[in-house]
This record gives sequence, C-alpha cells and structure tokens, in this order.
Amino acid sequence: MGTVILLTLTGLGLAALYFLVASGLSLVFGLADVLNFAHGLFLGVGAYATWWAAQNLPGAGPDGLGFVLAVLFGVAAGTLVAVLVELVLIRPLYSRTIEQVLVTVGLSLAGVALLQATWGADARPFPRPEWTRQVTSVLGASVPNGGLLLIVAAVAVLGALLAFLRWTRYGLVIRAGVENREMVTALGIDVRKAFTLVFAIGGAAAALAGALGGVYFGTVSPGQGGSLLIFAFIVVVIGGMGSVVGSAYAAVVVGLLQQFVNYYGVSGLGDICVVGLLAVVLLLRPQGLAGKVAHA
Amino acid sequence: MTDQMVDAPPAAVPAELTPGHSRWHGLRPWLPLVALAVAAIVPYSTLVLPGIFEGPLNSPGTLQLLAVCLVFGGLAAGYDLLFGRTGMLSFGHALYFAAGVYGTDILVTRAGLPLWQAGLFAVVGATTLAALLGAVALRTVGIAFAMVTLAFAQVGAILVARNFGGWTGGEEGLPLDVSGLPPALVGVTNTVNLYWLALAYLALVVFVVHRVSGSPTGRVLAGLRDDERRIGVLGLDPYRFKLVAFTLSGGLASAGGVVYCLIVGGASPHVTSSELTLSLLVMVVLGGPGTRWGPVLGGVLYMYLDHRLTAFGASDAVDALPAVLSAPLSQPLFVLGTVFILAVYFFPGGLASLTTRLAPLRKALRPPR
Amino acid sequence: MSEPVLSVENLSVRIAGLHILQGVSFTVAPTGVTVLLGRNGVGKTTTLRAIVGLTPRNGEVRGTIRMGAQSLLARPTHRLVRGGLGYVPEDRCVFAGLTVAENLRLAERRGSTPAYDKVYALFPELDRRGRQRAGSLSGGQQQMLAIGRVLLNDNRLLLVDEPTKGLAPKVVTEVAEVLQRVAESVPVLLVEQNLAVVRRLADDAVVLAAGQVAWTGDAKELLLETGLTKSLLGVGSGGGHETAPTAARKDGS
Repeated sequence: MGTVILLTLTGLGLAALYFLVASGLSLVFGLADVLNFAHGLFLGVGAYATWWAAQNLPGAGPDGLGFVLAVLFGVAAGTLVAVLVELVLIRPLYSRTIEQVLVTVGLSLAGVALLQATWGADARPFPRPEWTRQVTSVLGASVPNGGLLLIVAAVAVLGALLAFLRWTRYGLVIRAGVENREMVTALGIDVRKAFTLVFAIGGAAAALAGALGGVYFGTVSPGQGGSLLIFAFIVVVIGGMGSVVGSAYAAVVVGLLQQFVNYYGVSGLGDICVVGLLAVVLLLRPQGLAGKVAHA
Repeated sequence: MTDQMVDAPPAAVPAELTPGHSRWHGLRPWLPLVALAVAAIVPYSTLVLPGIFEGPLNSPGTLQLLAVCLVFGGLAAGYDLLFGRTGMLSFGHALYFAAGVYGTDILVTRAGLPLWQAGLFAVVGATTLAALLGAVALRTVGIAFAMVTLAFAQVGAILVARNFGGWTGGEEGLPLDVSGLPPALVGVTNTVNLYWLALAYLALVVFVVHRVSGSPTGRVLAGLRDDERRIGVLGLDPYRFKLVAFTLSGGLASAGGVVYCLIVGGASPHVTSSELTLSLLVMVVLGGPGTRWGPVLGGVLYMYLDHRLTAFGASDAVDALPAVLSAPLSQPLFVLGTVFILAVYFFPGGLASLTTRLAPLRKALRPPR
Repeated sequence: MSEPVLSVENLSVRIAGLHILQGVSFTVAPTGVTVLLGRNGVGKTTTLRAIVGLTPRNGEVRGTIRMGAQSLLARPTHRLVRGGLGYVPEDRCVFAGLTVAENLRLAERRGSTPAYDKVYALFPELDRRGRQRAGSLSGGQQQMLAIGRVLLNDNRLLLVDEPTKGLAPKVVTEVAEVLQRVAESVPVLLVEQNLAVVRRLADDAVVLAAGQVAWTGDAKELLLETGLTKSLLGVGSGGGHETAPTAARKDGS
C-alpha cells in the first residue's frame, strides 16, 4: 500500500513538472501556432537563474525567504527571455509557422550551448532549503518534500491560469484566439499582444518548473529542459493543443503511467507506454482529449 | 516548383562557376560527374591545406572526417525528400538512421552475421519500420505530425539508452566487432575504402532523390508541399504518396546508418537523439530545401563545421578573446544555431540560393565588352 | 451621386498561384445595401476578405481599396476594424466555446461605450441567452450573435458574407429584416445567394464572373431582366452554362 501511495505521489510530482512545461507550450501552440522547441530553454534559464541568484543575489539564498526570492528571480529571468524571444525572433515571422519552428529549433540548440558554455556541461548541485531534502510521511509512505512542493506549485499555477483565462479580458482574448485567431483580429483586437502574453506565461511556468525541478532532482544541467520537453510535447498532444485543463489531465495520466510501469515493469517501459498512449489517442481522437479549445 | 530544381546551380564547384558564365553552360549537366570524379580521386592527393584539415588530404584522419561529412550530405538529401520536396516536417528521422547503425552493429557484433546480411537486414527492417510508423503518424498533419514523429523517435532513444537485454550497450555505445568484417573495410590504412563507400552512398541518395523528384510521383509530392487540397481534388490520395516518400526517406537514412556504423566503427546513443534530427533540419535549411545540391552541401558543411569548430574553439585565437566571447565560440552548436537562425531570416533559400542572389552583383561587376 | 464609402479599383488577388480576382473595380454607395453577386467560387468571399485584410499568407493582393480618402491595403485587420469596418464572416464564426455574453464582451473596445441597448433591442434573444455557450445556439441565433457583436461599435461600413446560408426559410426572413433595419443607419456590402433576400434588401448590385466584374448597376434592374440574371448567376432552369454574358454592362452608374 505504501508503495502505491509513494508511486502515486512521485508520479504526480512528475506530472506537476510536465504540466508546468506543457501548459505554456499548449497555450503558445493553441494561440499562436508556434511549436516552441525553445521552451526547454526557458526552463534552463529559470533553473540557472535561480541557482545563480541563490549564491550571488543580495538577500537571496538557499533557504527560507531568500530561496523564495531566488525562485522569483529565476521566474522573472525565464519570463524576460520568453518575452524577448517572442518580440525579437517570433513576431517578425508572424503566421509563417515553419520558419517559426525553425527559429525555435536554432534557438534551442544555441541557447543550450550557451548555458553549457557559461556553466559547463556537467550537472551542478542545486541550492535548496533543508526541508525539501526530507520526506513527509503520507499514509505510511515516505514522500520526498521536493515532489510535494512541485505538486502544490502546479495546482496553484493551474488555479491561477484558469482564473486568469476565465475572468480577465486578456484571458477572454486568449480563449477566443485559440478557437479562431483570425476572427479575434476581425473584432478589432491586436491578437499579437496576446501572443507576447502567452509567451510570458509559458516562460514563467517553465522557469518555475526549472527552479522546482532543480529542487526535486537536486541538480541542474543544461540538457535538463530538452529531455523534459519531449514528454511535455506528448502531454500537449494528448491533452489537446490550447487546452490548459487538457494538459493537466494528460500530465497526470502520463506521469502516473510512467511511474507505475517503470516500477512494476522494466525500467524505461513506462516511457514507451506513454508514446504508445500517444499513438492510441491520435488514432482515436486526432484533436487530443480536449480538442483545440481552451476551456476555463 | 520543379523549375526551381532545374535552376538550382550545381553547388559542388561554385568557385569555377563565377567567371565566364556562358562558357560553362554546355558543361553544366556534366558538373556533378566531374565533382564525383574529383571527390573520388581525393584520396590520391597528398595536398596539405593548413587550417582546413589537420593532415594531408589522404591522411586517415582527414579521410574519416570527409567520409562522415559525405554520409551526412546523403542523409540531409534524403531528409530533404520529406522536408524540402514534400513539405513534411518530421522530427523523427534519427530513428531510421539509428536503426541502420544499431541494426548493423547488433547483427554483426551480437549475432555474428556477415556484414552484407547484417546491412541488408538492417535496411529492410528500418524501411519496414518507417512504413509502419509512417502509416500511423501520417494520420496527422503539420505540427502534430512533427510531434508524433518526435515521440516515436524518442522510443528508439529510450530503447537504446535503457539497454534492453544488453544488446545496445546503453550509454556506453556498442563498438563494432570487426573480426568478421571484410578485411578491406577494417583498419586505419583502409579508411580510404570507407571514404569511397561514403561517396558511393551520397551518389546513390542524390541519384534516387533526383529520379524520384523528376518522376510523376515527385511532381505529386511537390504538389502536396504547395497545396495539399489541390492534389486531393485531382483524385489522388495524399496519404499514399506521403507514405511512399516517408518510407523511401527512412530507407535511405538506414542505409546511411550502415555506412556510418562502419566509418566510426560502432554505435553510440547520440545517433538516436532528437538533436540529430534537428541538425538534419538545420543542414537542409542552411543548404537550401528542395534543391538538388543545397541539402548535400548543407550536410557536408555542417558536419565539417561541427567538427572543426570544436578545434577552432580550443585554438589560441579564441582563447585570447575575453571569456564573454570565447566561451560561446567554443561551443559549435552555439555558432551553428546562431548561423541557422540568421539563415532563416536572411537566406530563406539557403546556400543554394546564394548564386542566384549574387547574379545581379556578378553582372554589375563584369567588365563591359 | 454622392461620394462612395468604399471604392475598389483594379483589385487582383492570387492565392497559392491561382488568380482568384483579376482587376475587380466597383464602389459602395454611402447609404443602403450594395450586393455582391456571382456563382459559387467566383471570388465574392475573397473580395470581402481582401477588403478587411484577411487574405491568407500565401496570397498576394494588388490594386487599391479606399474607404473615403484612406487606403485600406497593407493595414492590419484589427486597425481597419477599429477604423469602422465591421465584418460578419461567412459561417458566422462565433466563438463556440465562449458564452454569448463573452462573445459580445470580446467586441467591446476601450474608449468607446458598447451599444448593448441597441444590440439587445435588435436581438432580445441574445440578452436572454447570455450565459449559454455560443456553440449550442441554432444557426439563426449564431448569425444574430455574429451581427450583434459587430453592431456594439459604430461602423462606417459593414461587410456581411452570406448571412442566410444554411438557414431555415423562416429564419432567413428574420435575418433579412434585421439587415434591413441595420442598413438604415450604416451602408452594407452584402454577399448573398438567396435572390429573394437580394430583391428585398439590395439597392445596387455588383456581379462577379470568372474573377472579374461582369455587371454593375441598379439591383432591381438586374433582377427584372431574367435572361441577364440567368446568364450571370446561373439561376433558373438552364443554369450551369459557362456562357459569357453578352449583355454585360461594364460600368454602371
């Protein structure tokens, strides 16, 4: 029983990480049709900026409020990079889908290489509060606190995103734009401002994933974003592009499937099952679980 | 779009093309053969090109680098059959290349098959795999297709990395057992034969892609790229044509894998990575998608730069620069990624479009007669 | 005749290498309804979309389009719309996942008061169904919503693309009535296939054939001449021939 609870909670921790990366990817893709290969870079920037801030930023540190400040700095850095990428690189190629994908591919290669050039290719120990290294006993299972932190953060982000989409003017524009971008402009709305916004949101969520993923894994390395990104893509496709709720469901399914099959079956089999699930979903429902609709 | 292919200049010897345009006109159709002949006799040259290659042209190190470049030239040309000529954005091409590499390696090293059988099985197996996975993936289009192919290729990467049954050697890779190979393909002194093998592979791919794109099927593929609905209106099934292109391209990639496995003497997990597919995409776009020589040139140059930039990054000239500059410059992928982004903006047609773009300049510079 | 609200001159549109429009010129009068007619696939929708700047990226637009003294080409769609060009697209294009109220709220603009009273007076149904998802509305209700959200703001010209397509006859009449009332205050460029609706609404007519203007003039006059209507629009028993209109008057007044 304890094993099942442990696997469930660590699976949910993984799901939380996927959701933080996938929600932004999904919104960016749903609204702007940009398949963002550079999304893993936002994660890397968030992780390294947090790592850097914990050591160098005045007031920030590996513990307590100082750590919160470090994470905030990381999230701000990720957001800033995402906004710059949208404004400088993506916007000039507005509605040229393939070229945009190519640019994000180039960016992911160059960006990761830049992180590597600056901080080395090897994983570095991540500064983290003492309590995140410990475990909490949940119904007899010893669950790492870092994983629980991820789950709490993902739930909070999900709630905030849904509230934003549901009750704000820009949320309305984003939901409408995911459905039919052209018609939004035909109502006199400059939809490109919303593009910048979803990049900022996606960048912030990915950077948060980077920082908290660093806490969870205990290390940070330049390639971290890339390996997460592929599963985040799968989550986006399964959940339906543009749907935040769909991403959340799909992340949970993927995280749990992966964790359980990897434990009870052969290690690595869970990852393969996830791809199998993707194939099945595509054959049965090409639009994904939730379709291309951003429900709030 | 077929006219663009005809217009595409043979890029193998661009330097000679610049002066006296008209004189070369009659020779143009023969230039590929001339280039092939030149490439074939390279191993007989002891020419030393300081700064470009470390040893003389016929040194094993240089020949091996050239052979890798040639294989990737062929891979890029095969990938262009999907991207540049049919408009399919696959992010899983590495899978079929890796199937060729690991298939050959495992069949030779673990199963002890003779090379020709191992290679044949690897190519047939990988081609079948491409047909099966393509049949599923092609139910989606556009970006979803890209994601699905990416995910399928990820399975390959996982299988290799997790080392199921101890077949693949996991992270360490699997060195090729050379004891059962034909002696002509083994040993440093025989690198030249591998070079010729790589050249033959490149020639084969270029020939196949050229024949396919000139055929009625090729015209349908070009039509699919430009406007899929129009092909549907003509009563042709886009799915079947795309599956043919996908399978053929996968088969060509696996053949490249067989050659690559011989050249580097084994398999390592990086051939399964999505980064390999991304770099194929970069090669094609840098070279010029949908042109005959662009992808080949892009592939050769990319691999050359990828290799040489590592040496360049470690050179004194770069070390002397302030750290802000020298650190990124020592990362080949940083340089290539940046060049790639710039190319997407400023040279959408890739290297192959340069000659046409420079034509007005040439005309202006030519002295009046 | 007074200054036209919109003038299209020598408009050519090429999409994916196909010539859809080849040198189309016409004007829209400052009052009443100008109807754009022609057989299917002749380029009516392409014309409207070119005016409002929604030609797809693989398309190419040449010529001039002016609203008053202002050139419309090369300006982004959202600016054109804010400048008073209202667009009701083919197939309504309401946001199916949003509620009726949200669909309307989306059309609100900063700096101007949305005319909800006017819209709800025209379409009381929209007020009652505010919380309903637009996707669950009937075709007629969706059309009302599509027109209503455009009327929230002041417009100098409305472009309305096939508002009665696929609607039941009774609903067609309702939509026509609404458009008639709307046209009392703002000029309308209407694409319409239903000749009964055209007869009821249209003041001027522009007929397209094979990507060019085949006839312009008084709509009543066009509809009176059955032979002309038949050859231009393919309506009536002998429709479907590709006969060039011999009696085409190139420049009506």
